[in-house]
Amino acid sequence: MEHLVQDGKFDHHGYLNMELLRFTTAGSVDDGKSTLIGRLLYDSKSIFQDQLEQIEATSKNRGEEYVNLALLTDGLRSEREQGITIDVAYRYFSTPKRKFIIADTPGHIQYTRNMVTGASTANLAIILVDARNGVVEQTYRHSFIASLLQIPHVVICINKMDLVDYSQEKYEEVVEQFRHFASKLDVQDVRFIPISALLGDNVVDRSKNMPWYEGPTLMYTLETVHIGSDHNLIDCRFPVQYVVRPMSNEYHDYRGYAGRVAGGVLKPGDEVMHLPSGITTKVAAIKAIEGDLEEAYPPQSVTLLLEDDVDISRGDMLVRENNQPKVGQDIDMMVCWMDDKKPLQLNGKYTIKHTTRDARCVVKEILYKVDVNTLHRIQDIDSLSLNEIGRVKIRTTVPLFYDEYRRNRNTGSLIIIDEGTNTTVGAGMIIE
Amino acid sequence: MSYSLTHLRELEAESIYVMREVAAQFQKPALLFSGGKDSIVMVYLARKAFWPAKIPFPLVHIDTGHNFPETMEYRDWLVKEMGATLIVGSVEDSIARGTAVEERGLNASRNALQTVTLLETLESHKFDAAMGGARRDEEKARAKERFFSHRDEFGQWDPKNQRPELWNLFNGRKHIGEHFRVFPISNWTEMDVWQYIYQENIPLPRLYFAHDREVIERDGAFISTHPEWVKLRPNETPKTMHIRFRTCGDLPITGAIESDADTVEKIIYEVATTRVTERGNRADDKRSETSMEDRKKAGYF
Repeated sequence: MEHLVQDGKFDHHGYLNMELLRFTTAGSVDDGKSTLIGRLLYDSKSIFQDQLEQIEATSKNRGEEYVNLALLTDGLRSEREQGITIDVAYRYFSTPKRKFIIADTPGHIQYTRNMVTGASTANLAIILVDARNGVVEQTYRHSFIASLLQIPHVVICINKMDLVDYSQEKYEEVVEQFRHFASKLDVQDVRFIPISALLGDNVVDRSKNMPWYEGPTLMYTLETVHIGSDHNLIDCRFPVQYVVRPMSNEYHDYRGYAGRVAGGVLKPGDEVMHLPSGITTKVAAIKAIEGDLEEAYPPQSVTLLLEDDVDISRGDMLVRENNQPKVGQDIDMMVCWMDDKKPLQLNGKYTIKHTTRDARCVVKEILYKVDVNTLHRIQDIDSLSLNEIGRVKIRTTVPLFYDEYRRNRNTGSLIIIDEGTNTTVGAGMIIE
Repeated sequence: MSYSLTHLRELEAESIYVMREVAAQFQKPALLFSGGKDSIVMVYLARKAFWPAKIPFPLVHIDTGHNFPETMEYRDWLVKEMGATLIVGSVEDSIARGTAVEERGLNASRNALQTVTLLETLESHKFDAAMGGARRDEEKARAKERFFSHRDEFGQWDPKNQRPELWNLFNGRKHIGEHFRVFPISNWTEMDVWQYIYQENIPLPRLYFAHDREVIERDGAFISTHPEWVKLRPNETPKTMHIRFRTCGDLPITGAIESDADTVEKIIYEVATTRVTERGNRADDKRSETSMEDRKKAGYF
């Protein structure tokens, strides 16, 4: 935080005007992921003195020669004992330009579900590649997940450049390997940065060892990548989350429709159509305690007043008559299965949550599963086990108002819930 | 035209969304109110989420009997200001009933007992979701906490058995007898909370601002004196210092820092330049490296 203090004053204006960037880091024990995160936290001065003292002491107790920055991101005790990360851990830091939320996930295949979870809310993915080994199986896996979850920006960090003598040739070889593979993926924005997380080259400070690299550092990239277009601002989608009824004399007939804008921009006076009824009305006002708003856009949480008295409840959606989502009960989607006890079964019945709507569904068809290491499709299957990703068709008990996931991550995503245990067992990304 | 939110507005939108999900998905939710700045921010967020309706769930305060008087005074003011309902669970009542047993010894505190009273209060009122102001940046064990944290019939948290949380789809389904802890400000940092208090002009208890107070130095922290709750040890001499508190826990275990920060702006400056995490001043966390994890497993929020 020291960076926000200048001439003995705190830069309030700067802090109050920062943007938020969520990114995910996928990596395995050996590719330096924890060291990279430690380096970002350390070089951006986001580590407190007592935290630093604690890891210094732990490093010393373990007989390690240098302060192990990876310890900063070590979480629960069971993980400390095993020396591995087994879940999604969220970390926070900020620079004068942005606040960052890191979804730190393990990279091994048995943690695919954790990577998918971390990727679901990310604007950007950092994928680590060991410069000595080049693009390997797990690079394919991590890139496939970034593509499947439609993370808008992907940064390939070619790490451990210090161990290949900062070789430009080696770097370009890895870039070429990745480009060849990425042509099969659906990723829009891919960047490459040669780094050494251990020594700090091109992480926060520009490397003196790689004069041939003219691109930005990782930190500069995180601070400046354009995230203004990451939300869908075209297709107006307002899933109704909660109906606000004050039941007071002052607000006798008040019915406010509260929710988070899932797409498009809403303004007072706009004509909107209610789903499922198809009735059209107008936005009378967008309410907030500070006063009425002139517009609402994702990911704002707002309350709408409508001009006409329409019967609206949670799970309904407000859209535009000339730009409607798909409405239907037969959903074709990619599913990542997350349950370690029971696989997804053909003809199995589940509960789903989609936007603010709940429904039940039956699995009609399992078309194929994807080998996440090779991207090969495996057909003739009747179940999906933990960490498997496959294409599945379901039929729901009530119609859903949905879009393709690649068009809108809010209206194109759903979760699958086991009806016996109530636990979340699958994540769905709608194809059509 | 730029359609981007500042990070505080985005965090606010996320927290409001989570609170509305709680109100929609649960039969009888409650908001745990500790009197600290995080739970105060939660109350202000709840007001925004449901305005112009009143906050549709009660505030629950677990009173250890060792609270700072300033905290109690503020609590009662805030409840009136919001037109909210207050439910108090008393640790002293639990002790009187014999369900909680007062700790003995030099470092005795009522922190562990709070868990007993909290669970008793949730059970007796049949609350099925309790919102807390915990943040993931506070402590290692919290970095992996979910927004919707499932608890079994005994209120226990099992770090290995937490539901995956994807996108903004929160799964609050449960069996009878089970309940949830929900943490709407999970993604906020200490600095975010302070900046929000500044931006929204939220009033705070006077404890947070620099003032003169009689304290003793104990285990590297300055602890407020008190005729009953803080027994002086042989080498301890009370002295008056200019201090403030960074958290509002129980009086006997909450350490003060020397400070001249008597406005929110000055506090923010101080927070920005101080290199110690805020929980660093709480004696209860220092007991062992994993003490928070142990308390969470037992049902502490």
